Amino acid sequence: MKSATQFNGATGAAVRRRGYWSRLGGRMAQHKYMYLLAFPGIVYFLVFKFVPLWGLLIAFMEYSPYTGILGSKWVGVKFFAEMFRDERFYLMLRNTFAINLFGIVFMFPVPIILALMLNEVRHEVFKRLNQSIVYMPHFLSWVVVASMTFFLLSTDVGIVNKLIASAGGEPVSFLTNPNYFWALLTLQNMWKEAGWGTIIFLAAMAGVDPQRYEAAVVDGANRWRQIWHITLPAIRPTIIILLILRLGHMADVGFEQVLLMLNPLVISVGEVFDTFAYTQGILRGQISIGVTVGMFKGLVGLVLVLASNYIVKKMGHEGIY
Amino acid sequence: MSFVAQKKLTVFDWVNYTLLALISLLCVFPFIYVFAVSFTDPKVYVPLQFYVIPEKWSLAAYQYILSTNTFMNALGNTVFVTLVGTVFNLIVSFSLAYALTKKGMPGRNLILNFVIFTLVFNAGLVPNYLLVKELGLLNSLWSLIWPSLTNAWSLIVIKSFLESLPSELEDSGRIDGCSDLGVFLRIIVPLSMPAVAAFTLFFAVSHWNTYFNALIYLSDSKKWTLQVLVKSLVIDSDSNGVGQAGSVSDDRVLPQETIRMAAIVLSMVPILVVYPFLQKYFAKGVMLGSIKG
Repeated sequence: MKSATQFNGATGAAVRRRGYWSRLGGRMAQHKYMYLLAFPGIVYFLVFKFVPLWGLLIAFMEYSPYTGILGSKWVGVKFFAEMFRDERFYLMLRNTFAINLFGIVFMFPVPIILALMLNEVRHEVFKRLNQSIVYMPHFLSWVVVASMTFFLLSTDVGIVNKLIASAGGEPVSFLTNPNYFWALLTLQNMWKEAGWGTIIFLAAMAGVDPQRYEAAVVDGANRWRQIWHITLPAIRPTIIILLILRLGHMADVGFEQVLLMLNPLVISVGEVFDTFAYTQGILRGQISIGVTVGMFKGLVGLVLVLASNYIVKKMGHEGIY
Repeated sequence: MSFVAQKKLTVFDWVNYTLLALISLLCVFPFIYVFAVSFTDPKVYVPLQFYVIPEKWSLAAYQYILSTNTFMNALGNTVFVTLVGTVFNLIVSFSLAYALTKKGMPGRNLILNFVIFTLVFNAGLVPNYLLVKELGLLNSLWSLIWPSLTNAWSLIVIKSFLESLPSELEDSGRIDGCSDLGVFLRIIVPLSMPAVAAFTLFFAVSHWNTYFNALIYLSDSKKWTLQVLVKSLVIDSDSNGVGQAGSVSDDRVLPQETIRMAAIVLSMVPILVVYPFLQKYFAKGVMLGSIKG
């Protein structure tokens, strides 16, 4: 009796399973052209995004290019232990934090202020002209921005130093003085991205009902009060979401930018995880160290991004992921 | 904001307009300086003189730089990578994004989750470098094309765009006897032209501006792209920086600055030419991305 039920149960499951598989097969056959369309993209993700994840194993082995991953000796967390003992690690941690802190404190509010200013412009042509101009630097490469910086601020060919000199001042080594480095990165970022950053705020401002401003005028509110009581509250959710998401990127720095501006005199304030991984891992061939540092940065970044996204969702907004 | 009632410009307006004008000036100032110097006649050029318009116009710097093999080579490489890379980007991104809109497709969630995973985590630059090396792509222009064939952000934005298209059109195509492939090519692609335009520009700008990948994957200077060349001309330049740029030995006659600034201008001309389109479509693209599908 007992075995009969088992038997029956087994056939039932088998039938169900066969049903499942044939339905699955049917659905797959039905989507055959979709797989064809997806195929190049899937291969891309497997080869260029999935395979490198196996490369992370290198962080736990004494990697030699001649023997490859399979032939290299396992050393456990040796490279992580070394990294945490290395004082350069704490320097990179500090620099990453400092560059991001500068970015959040000095850069983050700029697009908001600029958007508020643009939003107050009633002359449409003037507004559009200004928008076109401030968006433009966004499309330039960091090489171009760094080159322009060089021609503006360097001590030998910089026009700003020439102006300082002609005003009787001493030349300022903007590009090689460690004291200026974080401010320099922030200013470059501001020049390149502040205008572009206004788009999302301007869109949020465009959603405000004009009648609310008219009502405020009737109530005797001046322009400042209109900004303070109507425009700013309207964009507050946008500001909060973007700020939290920005905090989620505290592990990231504009890598190309930093690499281009880095020179031996500012290495103590400019070295970050990616530049270190590049110089050690690729230029000096210390592959395992490069992988370890990169992996550490990636994991910290992952935690921060997931946490910030979680907070945004908790606040009742739709997250990014 | 349209205030028909308040047309008079107040002090607030004047201050605001002046500040905005100053900000715009700050944005264009470096462009003006670089343009002016690059077009200045080398014979009258005084180093570190501030120019708004050249004292005497000349194309000498451009003639020189366009006559060098190094520059023309880098230009050719960059154009190749940008054209081929963009076409591949569009094909791969739109076809995968379309497949990902099919909720009934077995395996769709697995792919989608992995795509999203790559948005928040990647293996880091050394494993990626090793992969490119293992694939034998070092010193090949394809190393700038294959590893950036598509990306998670673009896929998600394109997918949400495709999902916003009315599904009745697909159904009608199917009733007319189109296969899934036919629906994609004859209905979806033509309807997606605004998104195709935006992403053509997006992919093209990103290929044109790529610096770091070109730096690490292409060590052979024959394979250099414009960004790598400009960087080496301007930032690494010492006295012989431009001497490497060509076989002509008359670089003593031309002041280095005019040549170097001409190189900067040439490397951003295509961007500035398509800029009006960029601005329009990119701004749309940004909004497209911020509205989650």
